[in-house]
Amino acid sequence: MSKIIIDGLTKVFGNNPAKALQMLEQGFSKDEILQKTGQAVGLNNVSFTIEAGETFVVMGLSGSGKSTLIRCINRLIEPTRGKVFVDGAEVTAMNEQELREFRRHKQAMVFQQFALFPHRTVLENAAFGLEIQDVGRPERFERAREALALVGLTGWEDSYPHQLSGGMQQRVGLARALAVSPDILLMDEAFSALDPLIRREMQDELLELQEKMNKTIFFITHDLDEALKIGDRVALMKDGAVVQIGTPEEILTHPADEYVARFVEDVDLSKVLTAEGVMKDPEVLAFPKDGPRVAMRKMKDKGISSIFVVDRNRRLLGYVLMEEAAKAADRGDPDLTKIMRTDCIKVPPESTLNELFEKSATSVVPLVVVNEAGRILGIIIRGVLLAGLVKENYAND
Amino acid sequence: MIEKILNPLEYLPRLPLGEGIEVAIEWLRVHLSPVTRALSEVMQSLIVRMTDGLIWLPPLVLIILFSLIAWRLSNRSVAAFSFAGLILIYNFGLWPAAMQTLSLVVLSAVVSICIGIPMGIAGARSETFHRIVWPVLDLMQTLPAFVYLIPVVFFFRMGEVPAVMATVVFAMPPVIRLTGLGIRQVPKELVEACGAFGTTEWQKLVKVQLPLAMPTIMAGVNQCIMLSLSMVVIAAMIGAPGLGTKVWGAIQRLNIGGGFESGLAVVVLAIILDRITQNLQNKKIQG
Repeated sequence: MSKIIIDGLTKVFGNNPAKALQMLEQGFSKDEILQKTGQAVGLNNVSFTIEAGETFVVMGLSGSGKSTLIRCINRLIEPTRGKVFVDGAEVTAMNEQELREFRRHKQAMVFQQFALFPHRTVLENAAFGLEIQDVGRPERFERAREALALVGLTGWEDSYPHQLSGGMQQRVGLARALAVSPDILLMDEAFSALDPLIRREMQDELLELQEKMNKTIFFITHDLDEALKIGDRVALMKDGAVVQIGTPEEILTHPADEYVARFVEDVDLSKVLTAEGVMKDPEVLAFPKDGPRVAMRKMKDKGISSIFVVDRNRRLLGYVLMEEAAKAADRGDPDLTKIMRTDCIKVPPESTLNELFEKSATSVVPLVVVNEAGRILGIIIRGVLLAGLVKENYAND
Repeated sequence: MIEKILNPLEYLPRLPLGEGIEVAIEWLRVHLSPVTRALSEVMQSLIVRMTDGLIWLPPLVLIILFSLIAWRLSNRSVAAFSFAGLILIYNFGLWPAAMQTLSLVVLSAVVSICIGIPMGIAGARSETFHRIVWPVLDLMQTLPAFVYLIPVVFFFRMGEVPAVMATVVFAMPPVIRLTGLGIRQVPKELVEACGAFGTTEWQKLVKVQLPLAMPTIMAGVNQCIMLSLSMVVIAAMIGAPGLGTKVWGAIQRLNIGGGFESGLAVVVLAIILDRITQNLQNKKIQG
């Protein structure tokens, strides 16, 4: 079952939402509705699901409804229509008591302006959520300490927020959220108020933390690079509606419409596209039992000058060059492993194009993309690298 | 005749507001008398006990005690001023009067704070309550004090109790206003963060709103104490004992020197109370 299900969520700000809902159904735009009724449409029929352990990023400019959306999930803002389910329970149907329990245990929120309590120390801030749950003093401080250690703030427990830099303050915000051990982290432009350098650092750390914790993260941002970097999937919003949902690569390479395309056109693809995304199938592989002749024929068939050798489990052993296979065949030497070279460059699937360029330049044979077990996933030839940088034209699709 | 034509407002019958108020007050006096009498007795005994206690203690002990409190809550110079100032008051022979005034001020301020802070909280939370109460506060603060000094006497007779009542009316508005203001000024995102962590309304108030509003609330308390002191002096007119009576008596006998001494004693008390409570509010800000 999906962790979070959002079904037809609509929010109208104003005193007469019924009229606005009706007009939305008739297909009027947000601006027209505002002009005619004075009702502001915050969200327009938003639906999607988020799986457990997923980092789901909602990206949109200001006014796109993303902040409203994240607040509808824990009902800091009441949706006008639509449903939110978390772990199968309908949040939108909860009474006050149930909602409070949900907010205390299931989710925790990290805010753009940190929202730390200035009258409390770092430790007391981090322990706030537990204090609200009436967890005893020793236990809540211990858990708060652990959360602070997780974000690298050990030693700052007794400082006050105003004594900390912006980046450190947001670490406190993160620790405060993590201390209650929520399944779901709601991050509302959590890094937007930070300097670019600090922001990148925090993004990396979040990715690292996520590797260990495996939370479900709902992340809001207006920064496309950030969305592409940390999102397993990204939803693009405009005027309160979701324009496209997909993996970062899908969004980059197949923008759903002109709006998305204009958005992504400035993205530095070399930083975003990964080996996995541009690699191609090796088409043909040699096995140790193949003699040089078989290997030669395989290369000739495909018109390539080298071939990778793998074992029965497709684990990479090395590669053989065409000319050396030919010489061995002339000599009548049947053992392929004798002429096999092992100096090929292996890269993990998540390395970015940027990293691949350098490696590709020093290698005669294609780069090999292997998983952790050493199995070959694909190969990257130099031409593909360049092609990866040229986006497909969505208009001609 | 010509005048009446030129000024048609003359034809309007007079609105009998004053008569109405008199009737209302008379009705209240008759029907509320069990309540006011009970209230009166409780307060009277409180005031008497407090005053007696303050006067019964040896003055030097009290003076040192006050100076220590001033030192603890404020700083050394305020402590030194308190010590010298209180000795001066004793020297003028105004010690019992000053203690009477002090107990009236303390009681009035406590009553004002106990009623004012909850009302301020309610005003911050409910827009309707805010809209009803705030104009009343304007009225309480701008109505000349003498206008309600007299009716208060109808309810509580002459003496300490009506003085405290009139003082509360006069001194409570800043507590309500500044409590409300302090709570409304708590940043929106902090209140939202509370909600996101699943606080009850009470937890939100006690753990975040009140602590953050505290400097503003303390400013209200400071104002309240200062206004109490000024009103307690005026309330000498309705029989409140203390420094006010001394000032009042000296004026009536054209005793300029005595009046000045009594006035100076009021100023000394005012400065001590002000500095101590002001520092209380500054201390909270640093935390």
